[in-house]
Amino acid sequence: MKTIKLVLVTFVATLGLSSCSSDGDDTPKIDVNPMAEFNLISNIVANGHSLELYSEGKTGFTTGYNQLFVRIKNNADDTYYSNPEITWKPVMHMMSMEHSCPISGLSISNDYDTVATGYIVFQMPGNADEFWDITFTYEVEGQEFSVTETIDVTAPIDDKQRVSVFMGSDDVRYVLAMVEPKDPEVAVNDITAMLFKMESMMSFPLVENYTVTLDPRMPGMGNHSSPNNEDLTYDATTKSYKGKLSLTMTGYWKLNLKLLNSTGEVLKGEDITEENEASSLYFELEF
Amino acid sequence: MNIIKCVHKVCTILMETSRPIYIWVLLLGIFILPINIGAQELVLHKDSIITINLDEVILIWARKTLDYHRQPKPLSTLDEYLESSKKVDMVKRGAYAWEPTLNNMFSERLSVTIDGMRIFGACTDKMDPVTSYVDVSNLSQAHIASGQQGTEHGNTIGGAINLELDRGNFKETGLYGGVETGFESNNQMSVVGAEINYSDSNYYVDTDIIYRKAENYFAGGDEEVEFSQFEKYNFSANGGYKLAEDQALTASLIYDEARDVGYPALTMDVSLARAIIASVGFEQDALWGSLNNWKSKLYFNKVTHVMDDTKRPDVPIHMDMPGWSNTYGFYSQAALKAKKHQFLYKIDGFYNKSLAEMTMYPNDPNELPMFMLTWPDVRTANGGVYAEDELDLNGSFLKLATRLTVQNQNVADDFGLNSLRIFYPEMEKSKTRFLKSISGQWHKMWMPWHFNAGLSYGDRAPSVTEGYGFYLFNSFDNHDYIGDPGLANEKSMEANTKISWEKSKFKLSAEANFFHIADYIIGEIDPSLSVMTIGAEGVKIYKNLEYAQLFNTSLDMEYTILPELKWSGLVSYHRGTDNNGGNIPFISPFSYRSGLQFDNRSFSAALRITGAGKQMNYNPEFGEDQTQAYTVCSLTFGKTFKFNNDSMYAKFGVENIFDEYYSTYTDWKNIPRMGRNFFLTLSYSIN
Repeated sequence: MKTIKLVLVTFVATLGLSSCSSDGDDTPKIDVNPMAEFNLISNIVANGHSLELYSEGKTGFTTGYNQLFVRIKNNADDTYYSNPEITWKPVMHMMSMEHSCPISGLSISNDYDTVATGYIVFQMPGNADEFWDITFTYEVEGQEFSVTETIDVTAPIDDKQRVSVFMGSDDVRYVLAMVEPKDPEVAVNDITAMLFKMESMMSFPLVENYTVTLDPRMPGMGNHSSPNNEDLTYDATTKSYKGKLSLTMTGYWKLNLKLLNSTGEVLKGEDITEENEASSLYFELEF
Repeated sequence: MNIIKCVHKVCTILMETSRPIYIWVLLLGIFILPINIGAQELVLHKDSIITINLDEVILIWARKTLDYHRQPKPLSTLDEYLESSKKVDMVKRGAYAWEPTLNNMFSERLSVTIDGMRIFGACTDKMDPVTSYVDVSNLSQAHIASGQQGTEHGNTIGGAINLELDRGNFKETGLYGGVETGFESNNQMSVVGAEINYSDSNYYVDTDIIYRKAENYFAGGDEEVEFSQFEKYNFSANGGYKLAEDQALTASLIYDEARDVGYPALTMDVSLARAIIASVGFEQDALWGSLNNWKSKLYFNKVTHVMDDTKRPDVPIHMDMPGWSNTYGFYSQAALKAKKHQFLYKIDGFYNKSLAEMTMYPNDPNELPMFMLTWPDVRTANGGVYAEDELDLNGSFLKLATRLTVQNQNVADDFGLNSLRIFYPEMEKSKTRFLKSISGQWHKMWMPWHFNAGLSYGDRAPSVTEGYGFYLFNSFDNHDYIGDPGLANEKSMEANTKISWEKSKFKLSAEANFFHIADYIIGEIDPSLSVMTIGAEGVKIYKNLEYAQLFNTSLDMEYTILPELKWSGLVSYHRGTDNNGGNIPFISPFSYRSGLQFDNRSFSAALRITGAGKQMNYNPEFGEDQTQAYTVCSLTFGKTFKFNNDSMYAKFGVENIFDEYYSTYTDWKNIPRMGRNFFLTLSYSIN
């Protein structure tokens, strides 16, 4: 009986204590760090400022689509500038030439006025002799600053292809990058991709109103495919291509693609048949 | 042999040319015949449930009555016992865990129960029918009911098999026990078993244990059937305690485990198949009012099944396929006797959780394993009421029975739900179905004639595989199967009739049943889908056919030549067609059996011949090919020896005497059956 009482008392006490502490949690936090859940992947210190670059899931810059968040700290008082105006320009320094890559502008995110967000699509990783750098030009407190920093761009850890650079049958060089799914599931996934054309070494404008057909396959399972996929079509509001991707099991999937222009002409990629097991235009997924 | 062929041909022609005719014959039989032969009426004895129901009871464990000589082969597997039934055929995927079929219908159309307890196999490929989780040592008899006469324990289309546990039941038998051993030459199967029991008027305890181990068997012509080995053991305990003169508490436990089971007809074997089956019951002689014989039971069972392909050479991809099935249930029933009525009321319910997964390991070791849920954690909650009444109509008996059930199925795993939504984007997580059954069975007797007829209607919900299976490979037709959660209930309209004639030495009975099954569930090829299993030909989705029709008929004869010598014979014919006149797969060809049995209490001998004609109606779309005719013979001898109080029984026999190489229509992918086999069993019973 005594033990039971003791247990009861302990139980009630624990309840009381835990409810107390949960009361404390309810009070709103004054000091919210908007980037608390994000990974700081680069911190560039220049001009008395720190340019902090964050990614939501990644721990570094990788080839393919990179959604990035940037904020600028005044190192003098550890505060962040509101509504900074920032532009960026990544450049690949190759042995024989230099080129840039598809980027978006940096716009202030909806939730916090100290954070600007945008994306960069790196077509290739750096190596021992060739490297990427980014030049940031920004204006805070009415003054313009600039900084250039070398960055390390690597292939994704799983080494799966999420971006493809190719010459279309119309003699235009394109860059096609997969944005979603980031965390694929055994389900019907939303798939999003972005298409750019290489106008010059430094200019990669968005391509609109093309179509990307989708045929996901598992080469390890006799090229098993899945039903109810939807080809990617252009969505003007997000300026990206959206479709549906069915994945019937976990594992390695090859998303065989074909790029069609607005008149339906095939610019790149082939159909999957008994003889042709893969398209020359594809993404890869493994989960 | 020629005669058989002729009969078969005539039957086939009749069926082909005038399908409606046999329906009319049946209806005629039901409605007109009894009126015409209404001359001599005789009141039937009251132990007539079996005759009314057209049920069949197979005696399994006869130790307690020392009735060994009635068993063709003691210590044979339960599967062999069931196969000896006139209505049951066994689908073989190897030497172990055969799947029973009744009226040419498989597990999903049957209700298979152990002492009224619902239990479901955990294998998506039907490698573990419920009957594989008990052994003959646990059971006293198998009760086989055809069609809607089997709805006492659950909704069914084809019928029910209820395996009744062997228990002391407060008989004043005291302490007794026995040991038994058996050996079979063909697959070097050895069996050892032991039991010890105590029973008196206040309590009883029964315990038994049995162990079997078999190597590969050899088909006729000494051809080894690789991967047909198995090993299993089974332990069971049963107990009862009388709380008062009219109240008793009962409990039972079965632990059954098989390891290293080969399935030569399939691409995978089984490394573990395990079941724990437990129950507690309460029995009381009288309930309020005139209700009596009140029996209630709470039960649970847990089945674990692990497939294994590590011993197979040349698998295209190595995979793990474990499955789990847990069931919790109850029932409570009471009887009521009032004048000419004999009622039975029953309420029951169960909750089942079926989960199975598949992990495939790519040949490229750098790739991640591939995972899917093949049964997406389906939770089935089922509750029903059953009522029957046996009516004495002054000279004839009418049994009316009905069951109403509500069943909800819920996909508990989101991974599984999302997988299925690839195919069915609008699919709901949960689905409720109402199931019903009603049947009437009538029996009349004009010596020496007996007449039985029945009409019934019943439906069933799709099985977990049919509703929720995800890329389940069927090696028989070489297709992947995908379930459809939106399937309609399968509905069966059934008519049956039996006429028997009995004179002192001669018994003759003719029996037929006909099923018109609307929304018959079967797999249909979807050419737009891509196969998952490497080497499969296509993907099938479970669909409701408009209807299918099944017809079974048999003629059964028995002649007592001498008091000790008996001859029996059985011929049967079956036919199954879909709404386009196409053949339903797995329908028995014309088959027959005949036997001579000598029995003078201490010595017995039997000669048996079984066989089937060439399969005329088969369906290549379901992987069937024409099964050839066969005839096999077996011969057994049994002798009882007495030592003071104890007794020993020895049985020796040879099966498939002429070492015929054959397979039947139920043999998965035509795997051959066992060739010549000598067996010897010894049972020693201590009283």
